[in-house]
Amino acid sequence: MNTARSPLAASASGADLLLWVAVPYICLAVFAVGHVWRYRQDQFGWTSRTTQLLEHRWLRWGSPLFHLGAFMVIAGHVVGLAIPDSWTEAVGITEHAYHTTAVWAGSVAGVAMVAGLGMLCARRLLTRRIRLGTDRSDKFLFPLLSATVLLGITATAAHNVFGAGYDYRSTVSVWFRGLFVLQPHPEAIAGAPLLFQLHALTAFLLFAAWPFTRLVHVWSAPIGYLARPYLVYRRRTAAVAAPTAGGRTRSASGSRRAA
Amino acid sequence: MRVMAQIAMVMNLDKCIGCHTCSVTCKQTWTNRTGVEYAWFNNVETKPGVGYPRRYEDQEQWKGGWMLDKRGRLVLRSGGRIKRLLSLFSNPDLPSIEDYYEPVTYDYDNLVSAPAQKDIPVARPRSVLTGKPTAITWGANWEDGLGGAPEHAGGDPNLSGEWAEKVKFEFEQTFLFHLPRLCEHCLNPACVSACPSGAMYKRVEDGIVLVDQDRCRGWRMCVTACPYKKVYVNHATGKAEKCTFCFPRIEAGQPTVCSETCVGRLRYLGLLLYDADRVGEAAATPDEHDLLDAQRGVFLDPHDPEVRAAARESGIPEDWLDAARRSPVYDLVMRYRVALPLHPEYRTMPMVWYVPPLSPVLDAVDAAGGNQDDPDHVFAAVTRLRIPLEYLAELFTAGDTDVVAGVLMKLTALRSYMRERTLGEDGDEAVLKAVGLTTREAEDLHRLLAVAKYQDRYVVPAAHKEDAAALTAMENRCPVETSGDTEPRKIMLGIPTLRRNTNAGGRP
Repeated sequence: MNTARSPLAASASGADLLLWVAVPYICLAVFAVGHVWRYRQDQFGWTSRTTQLLEHRWLRWGSPLFHLGAFMVIAGHVVGLAIPDSWTEAVGITEHAYHTTAVWAGSVAGVAMVAGLGMLCARRLLTRRIRLGTDRSDKFLFPLLSATVLLGITATAAHNVFGAGYDYRSTVSVWFRGLFVLQPHPEAIAGAPLLFQLHALTAFLLFAAWPFTRLVHVWSAPIGYLARPYLVYRRRTAAVAAPTAGGRTRSASGSRRAA
Repeated sequence: MRVMAQIAMVMNLDKCIGCHTCSVTCKQTWTNRTGVEYAWFNNVETKPGVGYPRRYEDQEQWKGGWMLDKRGRLVLRSGGRIKRLLSLFSNPDLPSIEDYYEPVTYDYDNLVSAPAQKDIPVARPRSVLTGKPTAITWGANWEDGLGGAPEHAGGDPNLSGEWAEKVKFEFEQTFLFHLPRLCEHCLNPACVSACPSGAMYKRVEDGIVLVDQDRCRGWRMCVTACPYKKVYVNHATGKAEKCTFCFPRIEAGQPTVCSETCVGRLRYLGLLLYDADRVGEAAATPDEHDLLDAQRGVFLDPHDPEVRAAARESGIPEDWLDAARRSPVYDLVMRYRVALPLHPEYRTMPMVWYVPPLSPVLDAVDAAGGNQDDPDHVFAAVTRLRIPLEYLAELFTAGDTDVVAGVLMKLTALRSYMRERTLGEDGDEAVLKAVGLTTREAEDLHRLLAVAKYQDRYVVPAAHKEDAAALTAMENRCPVETSGDTEPRKIMLGIPTLRRNTNAGGRP
């Protein structure tokens, strides 16, 4: 188990350290701090930024395809990256069975997500009303998200669907988990195919960009709606202590928490 | 009994001349911003007509409001909670901008900058959404004054049933009236119930329904759920916006902008006390025809000592109780019962009520060779001339023509009696008696409908000084917001600090 050694193993070059340790940690730090800052400072900008009013024919198919595909893809990544292969084998899932399932389910999810994202990008480019309403964060987010998704599905297609098969669970996953237990293994990913490496890098850039884009609406998924009473009353005076209003505290005493 | 107060509105449709001053002043106040160019918190429609947005009253299509399920329970027509969440990615029942209209501006600059030439320069229309020259093909009141009605007005969803055939065939003897509409600030608001984020709420103190701009996440379920289509998506900010009932003015004891500027002086503002515990039950009344009475049953008599005691217990201040006793809205809705809600069958318990227009009936009397001033002729017209009555019933009483006829007869009797009195005659009290009015009541109702002054029409108690601190804090911000930059079409949503700057000045 050489992967369990000191994070600064001699095998890791300076470039590897920069790409697979420094960049990920910087991105994760920006992700965390950025979210806190945005949530406290910009409740008003925190929205899905719907454009359905302006265009609904493409959105009708593109948005559900993209979102449902994305849920499956994210679930697949959680399983593939977070759960060590020793665990799945321990419960009796063979390496072959795991990969067959992953490739099939992943292909369906990936194709749905790519098709959906393609439609969403197409309507954004082709519908003038929406193109004009596209702001700077969107102009950054859409290419970055597309690059990440396309690199991911290309890597899978090239190596695991049509190629000889690449066991990312013993390399990329080890590196990814290492980041979160504060024992980075840059050497684990340093030998991975270029497509996987690029996918990992764009994904971390996406994490860094996340709090500054419309992606923040992910954290507002309204699950609580299933449980809350239908009718919402609020006192005029209660608005002072609006629970989630973060930076917008309307306190008369002048205590602005997020100043 | 849980007593709550609501500032409610009544409009006397007989007086509406369709001048759109309310709409224009409202727009200048609230929606002259990027993203809501197409939105009219207050609009005036010609009826019969398809309305704004097109055919919004067709709930088979738009799925607004509430309905009773097979077991008689009150459910949102657009579906339950799980269906709401499944529709987040693409809402199947959301009107598109074409259902409203494509907002335009004009090349005004061309009028002054065009070079000297033989032809007079013109200001061509240009789409606000695309910046391209465009042809104007629809608007918020396209069939104004029945213009183009033969082509479009047949699409009015209220023209259903056999009697509607008659309307279409007899357009030579057609009728029209104007219907000013704003948010109904319902007792049982479907928009609030459909909001997945819990950003929409009804204020306890005055019943105004608002969108918390900081908590709205742009899921756009409110737009679908509102059967009146009075919640709008700001396409620049991606958030919902709606009529605020001009709450900053209301809190200061002033009427809303639409009321203040109403040329015909047809609007009335006043308090209604209601029992919040009975709202759900009333909204679930099985028979649609009983909904009007069910809603009236929720309102409380401010003169009743028990109600007053309960209201004090709920924290309603004494001057508000006094205002509730002087409320012209209470008089029109409960005492004289001449005001009716718009589409009670949506089960949202709307709080902007209407005195139905008598003028279409009077026109019909004239057309039939009768005498407008003879109550017998008008009574006969009210019951026999089926065209406007059934139409009005579709709008105001879920199709119950008896109720509309009763109100119109009351108005006719009042008109005839007061006319005689004004001419120095005694007045025929039998006519009044037939509609259940005493002479004193008739004089009072006449004063209210015909000559009421500003302070009689708008009885708006100011918010309390005890709450002043909270209210001042709210002045720092606007209930609807722009994205902060002056240049149109460039919305910097990813750059929050830009917008913060506008707030920084108000920081204590």
